[in-house]
Amino acid sequence: MAEQHAIATPAHPSSHAQNPLQRFLIATEMDTRLLGMIGALAIIWVGFNIFSGGLFLTPRNLWNLSVQTASVAVMVTGMVLVIVTRNIDLSVGSILGLVGMVMGVMQTQILPVQFGLGLGHPLIWALSLLAGLAVGVGIGALQGSIIAYLKVPAFIVTLGGYLVWRGAAWWVTMGRTVAPMDTTFQLMGGGPAGAVGATWSWVVAAVACAAIVLGLYFGRRQRHRFSFPQRPLWAELALAVIGCGATIAAVWIANAYPWPVRIAENYANARGMAVPEGGLFISHGIAIPVLIALGVGVAMTFLTTRTRFGRYVYAMGGNPEAAELAGINTRWVTVKIFMIMGALCAVAAAISSARLNAATNALGTLDELYVIAAAVIGGTSLAGGVGTIAGALLGALVMQSLQSGMVLMGLDSPLQSIVVGIVLVFAVWLDTLYRRNKY
Amino acid sequence: MLDTNTPLVEMTDISIAFGGIKAVDHASITLHRGEVVGLLGHNGAGKSTLIKILSGAYRRDAGEIRINGDTASINNPRDAKAYGIETIYQQLAVADNVDAAANLFLGREITTPLGTLDDAAMESRAREVMGRLNPNFRRFKEPVKALSGGQRQSVAIARAILFNARILIMDEPTAALGPQETAQVGELIKQLKSEGIGIFLISHDIHDVFDLADRVVVMKNGQVVGSARTDEVTKDEVLGMIIMGKVPPAAIPGPGAIAG
Repeated sequence: MAEQHAIATPAHPSSHAQNPLQRFLIATEMDTRLLGMIGALAIIWVGFNIFSGGLFLTPRNLWNLSVQTASVAVMVTGMVLVIVTRNIDLSVGSILGLVGMVMGVMQTQILPVQFGLGLGHPLIWALSLLAGLAVGVGIGALQGSIIAYLKVPAFIVTLGGYLVWRGAAWWVTMGRTVAPMDTTFQLMGGGPAGAVGATWSWVVAAVACAAIVLGLYFGRRQRHRFSFPQRPLWAELALAVIGCGATIAAVWIANAYPWPVRIAENYANARGMAVPEGGLFISHGIAIPVLIALGVGVAMTFLTTRTRFGRYVYAMGGNPEAAELAGINTRWVTVKIFMIMGALCAVAAAISSARLNAATNALGTLDELYVIAAAVIGGTSLAGGVGTIAGALLGALVMQSLQSGMVLMGLDSPLQSIVVGIVLVFAVWLDTLYRRNKY
Repeated sequence: MLDTNTPLVEMTDISIAFGGIKAVDHASITLHRGEVVGLLGHNGAGKSTLIKILSGAYRRDAGEIRINGDTASINNPRDAKAYGIETIYQQLAVADNVDAAANLFLGREITTPLGTLDDAAMESRAREVMGRLNPNFRRFKEPVKALSGGQRQSVAIARAILFNARILIMDEPTAALGPQETAQVGELIKQLKSEGIGIFLISHDIHDVFDLADRVVVMKNGQVVGSARTDEVTKDEVLGMIIMGKVPPAAIPGPGAIAG
């Protein structure tokens, strides 16, 4: 250790850059592609705000946008792993449909009636979710095994799955819609009750800010320990301010959206509270599905960047033969990826069915295409080896912003599809240009 | 201690066929501690296939492999690594999209006590090893895709020596390199040899390996033509073995030798 410290720490590359913007970008080591996406998102948001007459950038719309994004956001984190390893999963929408049905039947029929727990039992939501996860993981394991061990292309296996699981969803109840859901289960779908409120939202913000600062601190200490070039201190501070500022702004917006007047009044009456003059202001705070999606995003980012499994996923995408020759059990990794994808479909199914307060046969229709589009817009390369969770989450937000904004502008639904399709192709073309210039 | 006459690697009567074509036909080969054996032959002579059986990339149809005199069961690359067999492949088996440190430790990452990847420790070790091998190497943070052929080859070689291999297999180790880098690899092979590592050098070009090898084994049409000590035969005689299958008097003929 001692002699390592004696060696002068090499200068950070940012000390050579001339242009201040360039210097800032190099010094903070920010991903320029991700910044480009945030810029594109900002343009989309401001544009829609102008064209919708100021309806888009309101706490209410942004809060709804976050809830609408949650289901696709959860699934896209798994799709990144699938696409990075040069596979594809066309069956996620159908898995979502089947798992939604299974969870619906669990909480309305099997658990309350056949197991005799009775409606409203506090364990029902958890047992239903567990059953859904088991089905999702099982389907993923089956599809993954066929792809990895029987060498059937993922496109074909999941195309088959697309038909099979959608059909299976119909068989669960012979096409009947299952409703209403368990009251605790419903919280996973958002709504006034399914949000954590102002105080807890600030707690989440505080934890997130602390994590950002601690992460920067430990990163810096680690670089110091091995005498690697460090970011300038001002760059670290800028990153901390930007990260914490964005977190606080997001929570502030979520807290600025109050419960609808009637619901707030009912809530006050039920508790014998006096309703003040201007109406009761109860903040939504962060919605539970959004918290779930963020938690999944953090967990999946950790999985891809900090674990051996994640390293193998990227190595397999870059050069499958090299990964195999390096002694990685590539087949088992492939099966695990599809199992994770299945589990995430189950989580997304819980969010979607809870939000709808029903499990229907059409739940998740076309979701596979939105999920794949979000991953690709988010910078995941279909050629394999490239893609980040954060980028894919942003991609999901871009997709949902486009749809939500076009609804606010009153565009016809066929026109919406046309716009989304064109944006997808355009985004991938831009990405191709960006990558060509980089290497 | 082990008897020093026991070969480090002994492959006996190895055969493998692909769809009726006998790629390797009853081939036998040995390698001792601190010995460099050049495995020569035309493209398609079966030398790469034979060696891929040793490194676990292919499964043999028949024959036996002994490591230090004990029968070894090698069915995949993981098994081979467990026996200390490291391979540097002709087609540069690196993952293009991840950085040098990630490639060096692929499959054997250093982890923190929590079980997460310790990237800083890996980068530090990578800097150490690469510094010994190729002091000009600086681009640790970039994907291997951005490196030159020689730099990529040094990553592949560093990868093999990083894990204290006992048996090193180099398939066309200098094919993609410039003269200076080739000389570096030559130095490296002498160093590894002095540490008691057994090395197989595979090439279709006799000039690549003749000066580095202690012994050459020549293959033709999946069979071993013969083997010879490099100080007892000339390059022309070895060329005769490669091209005609003609075994000079100083060499030991194998099953693939032509009569007379």
